[in-house]
Amino acid sequence: MLSYCLPPWKGFQSVSGTIFFQQLINGMSLGSLYGLVAIGYTMVYGILRLINFAHGDLLMFAAYAAIYCVTLFSLPWTLSFPVAILMTGLMGIVLDRTAYKPLRNAPRISLLISAIGASFLLENLALVVLGGVPKAFPRPDVFDQVIELWGLRIQVLTIYTPVVTLALLAGLLFIVYKTKAGKAMRAASKDFETTRLMGINLDRIIALTFLLGSSLAAAGGIMWAMKYPQVNPFMGVFPGLKAFIAAVLGGIGNIVGAVIGGFLLGLGEILIVALLPELAQYRDAFAFVILILVLLFRPTGIMGEPLTDKV
Amino acid sequence: MLEVQDLHVYYGGIHALKGARLKVDRGQIVTLIGANGAGKSTTLRTIVGLVKARSGSIRFNGEDLSRLETHEIIKRGIAISPEGRRVFPNLTVLENLELGAYNQGHETFDRQRQWVYSLFPRLEEREKQLAGTLSGGEQQMLSVGRALMSRPQLLLLDEPSLGLAPLVVEEVFRIIQTINKEGATILLVEQNAMAALQVAHFAYVLETGRITLEGTGQTLLMDERVRSAYLGESTQSV
Ligand SMILES: Nc1ncnc2c1ncn2[C@@H]1O[C@H](COP(=O)(O)OP(=O)(O)O)[C@@H](O)[C@H]1O
Ligand SMILES: [Mg+2]
Repeated sequence: MLSYCLPPWKGFQSVSGTIFFQQLINGMSLGSLYGLVAIGYTMVYGILRLINFAHGDLLMFAAYAAIYCVTLFSLPWTLSFPVAILMTGLMGIVLDRTAYKPLRNAPRISLLISAIGASFLLENLALVVLGGVPKAFPRPDVFDQVIELWGLRIQVLTIYTPVVTLALLAGLLFIVYKTKAGKAMRAASKDFETTRLMGINLDRIIALTFLLGSSLAAAGGIMWAMKYPQVNPFMGVFPGLKAFIAAVLGGIGNIVGAVIGGFLLGLGEILIVALLPELAQYRDAFAFVILILVLLFRPTGIMGEPLTDKV
Repeated sequence: MLEVQDLHVYYGGIHALKGARLKVDRGQIVTLIGANGAGKSTTLRTIVGLVKARSGSIRFNGEDLSRLETHEIIKRGIAISPEGRRVFPNLTVLENLELGAYNQGHETFDRQRQWVYSLFPRLEEREKQLAGTLSGGEQQMLSVGRALMSRPQLLLLDEPSLGLAPLVVEEVFRIIQTINKEGATILLVEQNAMAALQVAHFAYVLETGRITLEGTGQTLLMDERVRSAYLGESTQSV
């Protein structure tokens, strides 16, 4: 596909400053969503050395949970979103308990297969129970407003997304670096056995990891559903894959790296389309090209340390 | 305080412990010596529940430990400095100590930290440093110090002298005695039989999963079989 590339200046000429700026904001907004979801991949990988393929499906779970909280129980969004996030967090724990915990001492490939199976199960269960017809996501009016910023008209959701992501990242970093449980998580990412020898209930620490990662995925899923308000059983697949790539790009296992990877991927995707409209149809391929390049030339990603096996 | 009886442990088909037993009384230093592969680490790992015994009993203050999970056993008042030190390399020295006191309150943490720093002043100097950047001797000190953070009734030490320079080894054994004098009961696993027997009140010799000899440290230091097998002396020269 590289042979289709036009010289970059040809693209630049057709883009005015404002539109470029507009796209920059869009890219950051999209990228922050990738980053939010990427955190969950990176956290679970850090502790279990597992690519949790079902992680993307938690976006879908959160979106449906939010929809049903609003439509079935007529909760206001200020209540239904937190409830949906909590439910998804607990769903993450259930996922670990059922699909991964029985395989703690099994070879890693079994775990991976179980993850893929869990992903298919969630998607197809949703298909059977909830139906394949896309549901409209009830986007609250507050996110629909449009504001004028430096001569640009921007939907507030676009601004809120990166702000929410950064706030959640700050909270998460506080938990991971400043609390006892967070320190236990970092210890467990290196050495399960010795973590248990500290009198730490390892299962609880792993559950906490899933709770946090899945809650962030839920926040991402809800914002995704507000951005693209069509919810269907497979809506998590693509953002999940992109977020996974973001996590690898940032250095899998590294939380800040995941968010940086997300921002870079989102910006890259949007700017490619903006600057080189001829490549617009290859937008999704861009992420996979990045993945391949990272795996070939810098498998540890931007922030990653050399991958270590666990003792 | 600790009583292990007729312990049988298997790794798959390998019969690693074949009826091992030992007893540790409050206030003592008891040592378990034996060659590489005798089953010393397995004994300690079984006591803390990392390995499950097929049969036998482990009682701590009268309570059967064999059904408990590792973190519950640790909460009963046992701490361990495992073989190979196993400090958390990605955490600072202070964070390692904090995890050692995971189930303790603030006061215990502060008090134990002061004590550990008085035993190992180097740790205080390196408080903010990542444990992975410490020297081998410092990591060993951190591993022992971390185990002390929970104010354990019983401290298990698995080859604390392994791979250390002779001077550091001396220091480690001196500190083991200090810790014991200040109230901790210690079960010490060692290949360095000479040093271990010198500090121990009571000693067991483990050979291929069985206790073959036992006695006070002094008695075993005099024992011919021990001298030839573990102290590197031929029987003739005695
Ligand atoms: N995880 C394991 N899997 C299989 N065999 C093991 C394992 N750990 C130890 N063993 C075997 O059990 C025996 C006792 O080992 P260990 O308790 O480590 O001895 P020591 O600490 O006295 O050197 C050895 O024969 C060793 O090879
Ligand atoms: Mg050993």
